[in-house]
Amino acid sequence: MRLTINDSAVETPAPAPGQCLRTLLRESGHLEVKKGCDAGDCGACSVLLDGEAVHSCIVPAGRAEGRSVTTAAGLAPGDELHPVQEALVESFGFQCGFCTPGMSVTASTLGPEDLGDLDRRMKGNLCRCTGYRPIREAICAGVGGGAGDGCGGCPTAALASAPAAPVEAEPEPVEAVDPAGAPMSGGVGDSVRPPRGREIVQGLEPFTFDTVVPGTLTLRVVGSPHAHARVVAIDTTAARAVPGVVVILTHEDVPRRRYSTARHQFRDDDPDDTRMLDDVVRHIGQRVVAVVAETAAAAAAACALVRIDYEVLPAVFEPEAARSPGAPVLHPELDESDRVHESGRNVVAALHGGYGGDVDAALAASAVTVGGTWQTSRVSHAQLETHGSIGWLDDDGRLVIRSSTQVPFLVRDELALLLDLPRERVRVFAARVGGGFGGKQEIFTEDLVALAVLRTSRPVAYEFSRNDEFVRSSFRHPMRVSVTLGAGTDGVLTAMKIDVLSDTGAYGNHAIGVMFHGCSESIGVYRSPVTRVDAEAVYTNNVPSGAFRGYGLGQVILGVESAMDLLAQELGIDPFDLRRLNAVRRGDPIHVTHPDHEEDIVWGSYGLDQCLDLAQAALRRGNGVEAPAGWAVGEGMALSMLSTMAPRGHFSDASATLRPDGVVVLDVGSAEFGNGTSTVHRQIATTVLGIGGDRLVLRRSDTDLVGHDTGAFASSGITVAGRALHAACTKLRTLVAGLARGVVGGGEGDDVFAGDVAADDVELGPGGAIVDGRTVPWADVLAAAAPEDLVTDGLRASVEERAYVRSLAFNVHAVRVAVDVETGSVRVLQSVQAADAGVVLNPAQCRGQVEGGAAQGLGSALLEEVMTDGAGTVTSSVFRFYRVPQFADVPTTEVYFARTSDELGPFGAKSMSESPYNPVAPAVGNAIARATGARVFTQPFSRDRVWRAAAEAGATGGATATAS
Amino acid sequence: MDVTTISSFRAARTRADLALAPGEVPIAGGTWLMSEPQPRTTGFVDLTTMGWPDLEVGPEGLRIGATCPIATLVEWAQGRQTRRTTSLATPPSDWAALALAPRAADALLASFKIWTTATVGGNVCRTYAAAAMISFAVALDGVAHCWAADGSERRLPVADLPTGDTTNALAPGEILRAVEIPAAALRSRATLRRIALAELGRSGSVVTGRVDADGAVVVGVTAATSRPVVLRYPGVPTAAELRADVEAAEGYYSDPMGPADWRRAVSATLALRVRHDLLQETA
Ligand SMILES: Cc1cc2nc3c(=O)[nH]c(=O)nc-3n(C[C@H](O)[C@H](O)[C@H](O)COP(=O)(O)OP(=O)(O)OC[C@H]3O[C@@H](n4cnc5c(N)ncnc54)[C@H](O)[C@@H]3O)c2cc1C
Ligand code: FES
Ligand code: FES
Repeated sequence: MRLTINDSAVETPAPAPGQCLRTLLRESGHLEVKKGCDAGDCGACSVLLDGEAVHSCIVPAGRAEGRSVTTAAGLAPGDELHPVQEALVESFGFQCGFCTPGMSVTASTLGPEDLGDLDRRMKGNLCRCTGYRPIREAICAGVGGGAGDGCGGCPTAALASAPAAPVEAEPEPVEAVDPAGAPMSGGVGDSVRPPRGREIVQGLEPFTFDTVVPGTLTLRVVGSPHAHARVVAIDTTAARAVPGVVVILTHEDVPRRRYSTARHQFRDDDPDDTRMLDDVVRHIGQRVVAVVAETAAAAAAACALVRIDYEVLPAVFEPEAARSPGAPVLHPELDESDRVHESGRNVVAALHGGYGGDVDAALAASAVTVGGTWQTSRVSHAQLETHGSIGWLDDDGRLVIRSSTQVPFLVRDELALLLDLPRERVRVFAARVGGGFGGKQEIFTEDLVALAVLRTSRPVAYEFSRNDEFVRSSFRHPMRVSVTLGAGTDGVLTAMKIDVLSDTGAYGNHAIGVMFHGCSESIGVYRSPVTRVDAEAVYTNNVPSGAFRGYGLGQVILGVESAMDLLAQELGIDPFDLRRLNAVRRGDPIHVTHPDHEEDIVWGSYGLDQCLDLAQAALRRGNGVEAPAGWAVGEGMALSMLSTMAPRGHFSDASATLRPDGVVVLDVGSAEFGNGTSTVHRQIATTVLGIGGDRLVLRRSDTDLVGHDTGAFASSGITVAGRALHAACTKLRTLVAGLARGVVGGGEGDDVFAGDVAADDVELGPGGAIVDGRTVPWADVLAAAAPEDLVTDGLRASVEERAYVRSLAFNVHAVRVAVDVETGSVRVLQSVQAADAGVVLNPAQCRGQVEGGAAQGLGSALLEEVMTDGAGTVTSSVFRFYRVPQFADVPTTEVYFARTSDELGPFGAKSMSESPYNPVAPAVGNAIARATGARVFTQPFSRDRVWRAAAEAGATGGATATAS
Repeated sequence: MDVTTISSFRAARTRADLALAPGEVPIAGGTWLMSEPQPRTTGFVDLTTMGWPDLEVGPEGLRIGATCPIATLVEWAQGRQTRRTTSLATPPSDWAALALAPRAADALLASFKIWTTATVGGNVCRTYAAAAMISFAVALDGVAHCWAADGSERRLPVADLPTGDTTNALAPGEILRAVEIPAAALRSRATLRRIALAELGRSGSVVTGRVDADGAVVVGVTAATSRPVVLRYPGVPTAAELRADVEAAEGYYSDPMGPADWRRAVSATLALRVRHDLLQETA
């Protein structure tokens, strides 16, 4: 078929009759055309067809015959970028960058006349990372010739009365900690742009599947139609007969060993309850058979022909029922040695404890008590790049897996264990990852791919569809959280009683960690003399839950912060003041179920007081956005605390290698999935080494690069990996100083002890090390080095960071909402978040993390819910039915940073990836309650629920209630 | 997505070509057919090669070819000159109700990028409760002109075409040829209100209303009910009457776009807002 792609005439093989344009373009080498849904919903595949934007995944390929296609890589001639793309690069318009090519294509068709209607024009392009504000600004700048100059689509223009720059409270000066003694442009504290921006906006930066491995087979799975069943027989005869089928795997072909799809530093953190393919299925959609074939079409055809006989077993879907007597038991054969607390009751984890005495007595003795039971829903990570991996054998016969993962090292270790291979015979690496949010701290594809590669000795790829994400990945744990608070009439807490029931679904991946973590900082943030916590995580026959941004905290925080709001209402105390009265202060013990302070937590800094002040001031100031006539208005707030690292250790190795050409190669294990750590890592190196980004090469997320890295989760990219890199760079510079001194001092390098030199004795000049005013050429420096410090690339300094202590970060979210009580519609008029991130190493990126977290928070507060039919079938299994926030759904969040400097983090920084998400839902719920007088106890506070609650409470419009 | 079960894609150019072999289905824009696996389908028969005119204006009204892209209808109704509308006659100036077309399109979750491909007929024949082209046609007493497989033809009100969410009265092999909108309805003053669980999400309820020259009022409820509901009044009904009728209507249903009780309640609210619009415009 002939067509024109990016102005070049192209002749492609005839498309298959049912083929879509997206795959035809990718087969023609245009890997810049992404797949977020393959169903027309997300816009990641947008291209221009004869100049008009279309979703190429739903255009029959044959219809492009003789026509002209333009992709994100062809919007401008040669190496140039379209003005919108330039603006996206300039204005931090992406995080993971997976949506960005499609975003660029759609935006390129807009004109100034569209800027007032961007919500509608852009509703077909989803971004999960940014919260849209920077994209909106980039479009205004690129299309309208400059943001803020009266452009109706720009929030900055609409918020004329808001402070000019929402990023207030500048970070602590960094000079004090800069070993070079002078601030370095591109170093920490600067809003350095993420690397590879020009490639990302054009779609040219490769993600997991943006590579061609010749001869790759496709793996597809057959899912269970039953929520609980025993596999009696599998007949693959007809499937095997499909031309192109290479191998079919069943439970008889996989290792007997059980494991958990969840990955942690310590594999004992999760229950061994999963087999690669099992002869018992415990949720609808669970993979039963894997088909490996030459083409996706052959694999799909064969999957349809596999015959499986099941013996259907009783199933249970409600967690309370699941732990009650008589419930079907999901994992009867497991016990404590498998890390399953009480399999006979389906309880995988339990926490029962407290301190300070009898909580019921304390509540009874309290002047006031308030309480309620809140329920959260399943939430999909909805990262735009689906899960997937490609595996092959390298020239040495070593197993190599290229995966979309947050944890390459942990995947490598588990694969080696499962397949009985030495670790060095397995390499796992990640290219750029298109979003994770916790969902890629799991093994969902790599295990089958690895097995299939070993069975076939051929490259094998397994890429999830969007539907797969909804039936066989993981969701945020739904939790039922009951909170009772006791207080004196002055508002001082006298008792806290918390009861949590977490639904982990069919498998316990992250069940234990999420439950314990959920019940930690959420409760420990308040100074209550008497506290009691009862929590259990139970198995049900639902799709498994897993790690999700916030890791359980957000669910419990919903209960605690909503109950605090009830207390504020009951006592007529300002909710900010109620927090000031009761929240921990610097130096207070942090504890949840025992009287002692958690010993691995240190008070490296404290910024909650500032966050409360900043958020309250912003809310008082307002932003001039008015409610529609007749809508009820209310304000709400909530806080959250999060430690800067997961408990019990997070490990990172890093190295810095000086090449003979004066370039320093930085190797880290941590992955980049839009969290921005790559940028910050380069900034750290710039500041420590005193050299610009042009002389830095960063390599990451590959088990071949460094010894170990726990992975990119628990917001550890800066606090752990960043620290490791900081140490490695300092070590390198000190090493160079010693060597250069030695050379200058007459070749007696051996006499110079490391203790005698400091890193800042030397400048890393372009041509060599500058010491005492003299330049020692790099060749001479390297020549003087001890052999053990030399690697092929040059002079290497490595550090193994073993972090055990953690500090605490805080966030306060506040909103003013308007509610149409007749329909339940909620409009967020003002959204404010104050964050205590320590020293902010990259203000623009950190603002992006906060905005993105707030946007996800607003999504799960108001819109997002994975629905089931109550019998294990997910009914919202595509984006069409699962409401990821669109442009129209996300207001601008004003972001304010506290001025703190942490004693623990590199340059005083703290983590700020997960935490912005946590306080948003309760802030919104509290505002709705104050606007309407009706509190909604089930999240999301969707229009139907708000309408129902308001109708039951007899709410009317027009009232205004303030939080402060 | 690649629909891997498809082994033939055949262009239809004559009515005889529309005879479907087992496993074949007609494809128009393909925006739904390409968006889901089609396990029982083995062939596509392309309707867009039939050469049906997109929009025909006559004394009886407007005839919308089934393969007319939604974008063409919208742009033409808005009086915009685009590559799709240049060859079309401009709409009669007194067809005020055409203003409903872009508002109906906005009630789709699908954005403008889908409208260029998706067809009016495909939207009607997919027959989602949230099919906004059904909302549009129902508001204006549109008639479905159908070609049966045996060569016969029939006409039925679009309001009677849906039998449920995603099911309709078309017989196997029957093709929707056009949607016809009577001129009188096009000359009415019409309005549309809609709501979804997300601001611009897939509709949970769409309520339309129009006042004809003789003062008669027609209110349509779609998306909230599994089949369209049409309420007719000799004049503008009282608020209480309208609310009671909308609340009493049958077919409110639950799915991920909203539970039935909410759909019923907001449909009544939207109907009152529609009534308000009609009174405003009458005044
Ligand atoms: C992002 C997105 C959002 C969407 N939002 C909505 C929405 O809000 N509401 C909604 O209703 N739909 C929605 N859709 C579904 C669908 O795209 C639309 O209904 C669209 O109008 C279908 O038109 P089409 O021409 O592409 O139909 P096709 O996909 O070609 O066909 C749809 C069905 O109708 C049949 N068909 C088509 N034409 C005829 C005919 N003339 N005679 C007989 N049978 C015919 C086909 O066989 C097929 O079963 C959405 C789709 C996407 C991708
Ligand atoms: S991949 Fe085409 S719209 Fe999502
Ligand atoms: S940057 Fe938009 S989805 Fe990640």
